[in-house]
Amino acid sequence: MIRWRSMALATSLLALGLSACATTGTTAPAKPAAKAPEKAEAKPLAKGLDGQASTGFPSTYQPLPSRPTAFTGATVLTATGQQIENGVIFVSGGKISAVGGPDTPIPADVAVIDARGKWITPGVIDAHSHLGVYPSPGVQARSDGNEATDPNTAQVWAEHSVWPQDPGFNRARAGGVTTLQILPGSANLFGGRSVTLKNVPALTMQGMKFPDAPYGLKMACGENPKRVYGGKSRSPSTAMGNVYGYRKAWIDAADYARKWDDYRAKQQKGEKADAPKRDLQLETLAGVLKGEILVQNHCYRADEEAVMIDIAKEFGYKITMFHHAVESYKIAPLLAREGVCSATWASWTGFKMESLDGIDANAAILWKNGACVVIHSDDPIMTQRLNQEAAIAMTAGNKLGYGITRAEAIKWITANPAKAMGIADKTGSLEPGKAADLVVWSRDPFSVYAQADKVFIDGALVYDRQDKRFQPKSDFELGQPGQGAFN
Amino acid sequence: MIRSLLLASAACALALPAAAETIAIVNARIEPVSSAAIPNGVLVIKDGKIAAVGAGVAVPAGAKVIDAKGGVVTPGLVAPASNLSASEIGGVRETRDDGAGSALSAAFDISYGVNPASPMIGLARDGGITSSAVTPVPSGGGGAHEHADDGVVEEMTAGKDGSGDPPLFGGQAAFVRLKAGASDIVEASKLAVTVSLGESGARAAGGSRGADLVLIRSALEDARAFAARRAAFEQGATRDFGLSRLDLQALIPVVQGKTPLLIRVSRAADIRQALKLAAEERIKVVLEGVEEGWIVAPEIAKAGIPVIVDPQADLPDSFEALGSRLDNAARLHAAGVTVAINGARDFNNLRQERLNAGLAVANGLPYAAGLASVTLVPARIWGQDGKIGSLDVGKVADVVVWNGDPLETTSWPLNVFVGGVEQPQDSRQTQLRDRYAASDGSGYPPAYR
Repeated sequence: MIRWRSMALATSLLALGLSACATTGTTAPAKPAAKAPEKAEAKPLAKGLDGQASTGFPSTYQPLPSRPTAFTGATVLTATGQQIENGVIFVSGGKISAVGGPDTPIPADVAVIDARGKWITPGVIDAHSHLGVYPSPGVQARSDGNEATDPNTAQVWAEHSVWPQDPGFNRARAGGVTTLQILPGSANLFGGRSVTLKNVPALTMQGMKFPDAPYGLKMACGENPKRVYGGKSRSPSTAMGNVYGYRKAWIDAADYARKWDDYRAKQQKGEKADAPKRDLQLETLAGVLKGEILVQNHCYRADEEAVMIDIAKEFGYKITMFHHAVESYKIAPLLAREGVCSATWASWTGFKMESLDGIDANAAILWKNGACVVIHSDDPIMTQRLNQEAAIAMTAGNKLGYGITRAEAIKWITANPAKAMGIADKTGSLEPGKAADLVVWSRDPFSVYAQADKVFIDGALVYDRQDKRFQPKSDFELGQPGQGAFN
Repeated sequence: MIRSLLLASAACALALPAAAETIAIVNARIEPVSSAAIPNGVLVIKDGKIAAVGAGVAVPAGAKVIDAKGGVVTPGLVAPASNLSASEIGGVRETRDDGAGSALSAAFDISYGVNPASPMIGLARDGGITSSAVTPVPSGGGGAHEHADDGVVEEMTAGKDGSGDPPLFGGQAAFVRLKAGASDIVEASKLAVTVSLGESGARAAGGSRGADLVLIRSALEDARAFAARRAAFEQGATRDFGLSRLDLQALIPVVQGKTPLLIRVSRAADIRQALKLAAEERIKVVLEGVEEGWIVAPEIAKAGIPVIVDPQADLPDSFEALGSRLDNAARLHAAGVTVAINGARDFNNLRQERLNAGLAVANGLPYAAGLASVTLVPARIWGQDGKIGSLDVGKVADVVVWNGDPLETTSWPLNVFVGGVEQPQDSRQTQLRDRYAASDGSGYPPAYR
């Protein structure tokens, strides 16, 4: 994690410098005097033709109105390993200002929420969601999750399929979900870019887009790509065809990255250089090679995970997380050593051949081995109760005598997905300076009877089970049976 | 060491459940379901049946005593509608015998495909389930649930066989009891015929609801005519019927009111059509799905028709389920409807059934009704309540001892009895878990463990 982080930082600094070059053109520094006439003719590349200069689709997210608030009396799970009884959380300016025991000082004149008997956790983060891209109702006209036209569609971005009016966002929020990674589907070897969203109602995707969250690249192992393309008599039709497809793409991506690097190096030296033609597919893959885009790899089987790790080593990138990794328990020490997270369900198994060996203790065995564990949903129903799915996974470990505490297991749906989505510096745990994304639960969130009473994003109340004013409804549900009310 | 391990696991795999013995479960909160909970009671199992239950019950001499240590004793859970034992791996057609394909409609009999050796049985029992109705995939494909990421798989797992139109009727249901080592676990067959209204029913009927209901009504009429004029039919002296002889035969108990039509239905208007169908055709009906049931709850209650619901269903994930709500079960119950609660048909997740009941309780269903919805109610719906479903003296001892609240995420079964015989706490999943949870230090790969 640390290794690619520093790489990412270095590259983004480089990117900043270069984009300044590209947009200001004639004021570029360090002009060699001798080449002055040529230089004057060089035109800046249009933003859309240079991936590092492109403005893309920037976040327009603005936190909803909030006021300084103190939460008192709750049992607090910080997702840093602590369980605080009778805890105090003070939130100000959308950030967490203080977290501590009952003696934590609370400034005067702030709103106080008496949370005695309640539990507070960080907002739930679903690292694998298709809300918006496979929205409700599930009709063909809104089935936008799989660009199943080519095994490599690294060029597509899930954010361009997100329908912000998906009623599923509202259900997930009522289950405490404050942040989601929306992924393309798994029909392709390279499905496209993921997008991380703040789970706030918004008119546009950009209004939900998590500011400064890195992109992910959805990759898929196994049965889906080879079935989809094998069924069309195209490659891949086998597991080995899958692997060929990945390797070929990385070779092309490395070549593309080198061409741009050469171009930029020449440009920096003030030499004449033709910019390579921007290729959205290769640009995303090159972004992975540069450590800017995180690999989110759908991969059920342990043996296939091991192959994917070798491919990553062959081409010098890092796999951030295996998704649906139901067999990760078989290679837990390897995953711990390689620092690759595993996102899994606790209770689903055997719905396809590659999920046959899924066990409820998968997460617990990984945890025991010191590997990074995430409980994900991939499902608009399960996302509403990731707390319970984590409870099932925790219980499976405790049945083995592991003694997994709530303070630990809460990380599986908060701090760990934040880490795997590259936003752990911003959200995912209750620590001063982080976003005040938190859930007030009616009781122990690992109980089947727990309800999310209040949900806050950046300090703003975005859902309140007891107050209809804070129960947003999708446009789609107006005038329909139920009027968007679901509890 | 490897050798001794091998021997141990071989012995484990071969061990059949012990024969029925006299057992006394003590120090337990007993939930008989048919009556109020006994905070600290004793339950005695003798000759495979419940011999005594109560607070002041004496432990018979020679009985094997199980100390529940303050845990909870319930009837074995009953899955009201599943594909357990008839389907294993959703995405692998060869393991699926839960849909008719195109050859048969109502006549499809799921009991012939029941596999007592299915490893999914141990998994379900691990969740406290001791019996299940096994119901054919409803006509026109599965329910509305789409597994988004693996949605491409759905085409294959929705019960389509890849050829021809889906049949109008799903086929005949069975009932199984999850007794390990039994050569035949089918307790009853030809329990019901399944059919869908709404979107999937419309698909089976060529595209729309109007066709679906006309064809269903016509089929019932044909079945009556067929039953009344059997001899004439054999001589070719009847008018043409819309279904084959086999399908008509299967519908006879339905039109005679002996076995129910299990109708998969979601939208309020479609539910009303189902109620009308039941009244006009004078047939027994059980409703499954019923996502918008809360809108027509008093009408369902008045018709005395039981429902099987999934309390997780709160998404407007189809145009027939736009009114889905988390408190559907609670509202139906409050209106006087008999409510059974289902686990997940897909993902081999019948273990979810008890948690679904917990979810319904969290959303307003009284606890006792929640417990009944996964025990006595489904047993009653399928005519098994004379034998199982509650802890009453004389009933067959399908019993689970839990270490806590059976509807809670953090509880699990300590002992599971089917017919008074303690079941192995073992499944393919637990064997995988134990193989990988700890290394044996032998230096050999896990395959030797």
